[in-house]
Amino acid sequence: MSSVQESAMRVEEKLYQNRYLVDAGRPHIRVLPHDKPSKALLSLTHTCPAGCYEQNERGQVEITTDGCMECGTCRIVTAKTGEIEWNYPRGGFGVLYKFG
Amino acid sequence: MSDEHYDVIVVGAGPSGNAAAYTMAKEGLKVLQLERGEYPGSKNVQGAILYANALEQIIPDFREDAPLERHVIEQRMWTMDDASHVGMHYRSDDFNEEKPNRYTIIRAQFDKWFSRKVRDAGAVLLCETTVTELLRDSNGRVIGVRTDRNAGKVFADVVILAEGVNGLVGQRSGLRKEVAPDSVALAVKEMHFLPREVIESRFNLKGDEGVVIEAMGTITKGMTGTGFLYTNQESISVGIGCIVSDFADNETTPYDLLEAFKNHPSIKPLLADAECKEYASHLIPEGGYNSIPELVGDGWIVVGDAGQFVNAVHREGSNLAMTTGRIAAETVVWLKRRRDEMSKANLTEYTRRLEQTFVMKDMKKYRKIPGYLHNNKHVFTLYPKLFTNAAQSWFRVDGVDKRSKEKEIMGSFRKSRSVLGLVGDAFKLAKAWR
Repeated sequence: MSSVQESAMRVEEKLYQNRYLVDAGRPHIRVLPHDKPSKALLSLTHTCPAGCYEQNERGQVEITTDGCMECGTCRIVTAKTGEIEWNYPRGGFGVLYKFG
Repeated sequence: MSDEHYDVIVVGAGPSGNAAAYTMAKEGLKVLQLERGEYPGSKNVQGAILYANALEQIIPDFREDAPLERHVIEQRMWTMDDASHVGMHYRSDDFNEEKPNRYTIIRAQFDKWFSRKVRDAGAVLLCETTVTELLRDSNGRVIGVRTDRNAGKVFADVVILAEGVNGLVGQRSGLRKEVAPDSVALAVKEMHFLPREVIESRFNLKGDEGVVIEAMGTITKGMTGTGFLYTNQESISVGIGCIVSDFADNETTPYDLLEAFKNHPSIKPLLADAECKEYASHLIPEGGYNSIPELVGDGWIVVGDAGQFVNAVHREGSNLAMTTGRIAAETVVWLKRRRDEMSKANLTEYTRRLEQTFVMKDMKKYRKIPGYLHNNKHVFTLYPKLFTNAAQSWFRVDGVDKRSKEKEIMGSFRKSRSVLGLVGDAFKLAKAWR
């Protein structure tokens, strides 16, 4: 299909290399309920280096945090619009770089 | 851990936090260091190049046991268009010295080593512990931190915030403003493994010699940014980074940009047959001098990336981190010896000392560069094409006489940027560089 979908597959292959300790049921980032995403929130669907953000069929932006590398890009991009809630994972959880 | 009182709490176990904790522990201070990762380095990403001088000031004999990859004997600076690059290379046997100047390193391994030194010096390290907020007394003075470990509180005379570029503690406590999307770069990077003999023959190296490539041009698709490729012992670090607001304004994804860079005809053969074992991403503070936040207050000091200490022009950061960490620590030790309190007025000695070092001098020198690059995007698109086309025209022998070739090259510059534009670009760059 679209090139966005193709690259989303590729980023999953990339993330597959990494080690994570997922804090099941406790995502550290949350997209706040919204009808229509701002331009900033929408841009996360291509700006997030882990491809965590996707638009659902109603046009809203959703996040799956499992592949998150905790870089903070999404937090900074939406700081002004306040559309996401961002915290670091609990101590010990999240990405575990072997090389960094 | 609730009733314990320390001389100092260090938030973070990256280069700045480790430099600070080591320096203070060695001087006998009671140091607690808090790190949210499972082990120091597990959350940290860097290219990575280690600048020996900054570490030598802290651990003079680090070469004896630090996990160093290769010492850099050759620097390649590339300007790239879609099919080619023009380069300035500097390679010297002088870099094969007894105490080399720069090394490639693998950060997770290096940070573990540095952290071992910190603990050997007597600091207490708690990993898997995320600091959630600063604790203050009724006068607003910082007296400790709260962590997510059993909601534990821990107290100290002073808190050193070495929490990195995405430092939530200081930012949410109102010590500094939010990082602006146009003053921070997002970099993605991969680790590609190859046998060391392959790396050595591919890059014309012997023993532990190493090469670094820094690249700019159409590889960033009009965004402000650079690519890099560094040789390690048995791996190659390859990555690319651009300013976050540029990524937000463009449709390009960071991983597609990295794929395109890896597939560039000048890069692809260098990575052939390698096995990728990790994909990482991190922010880099690139706002320069004008985005340095307030660095001290009553009971707190900021060091490293949290203070925006990166010299983006020279790709230096970890050395600024270690140096700010060391100087903050020396200031705390000095105040402690004098039995002075850790007030804002007294801690300002840290910024006074920083002013005397390369850290602040370099930050000041390049204070106008971020703005220049932000407002002159054609530096990343137009000039690389002009340079590579000029080189091709010059080197291709095709029956056209040399004077006509010169005319064609000069004409291409004038046509695409006008004489005034060319002079203006040079003048603005020179002014920003000064």
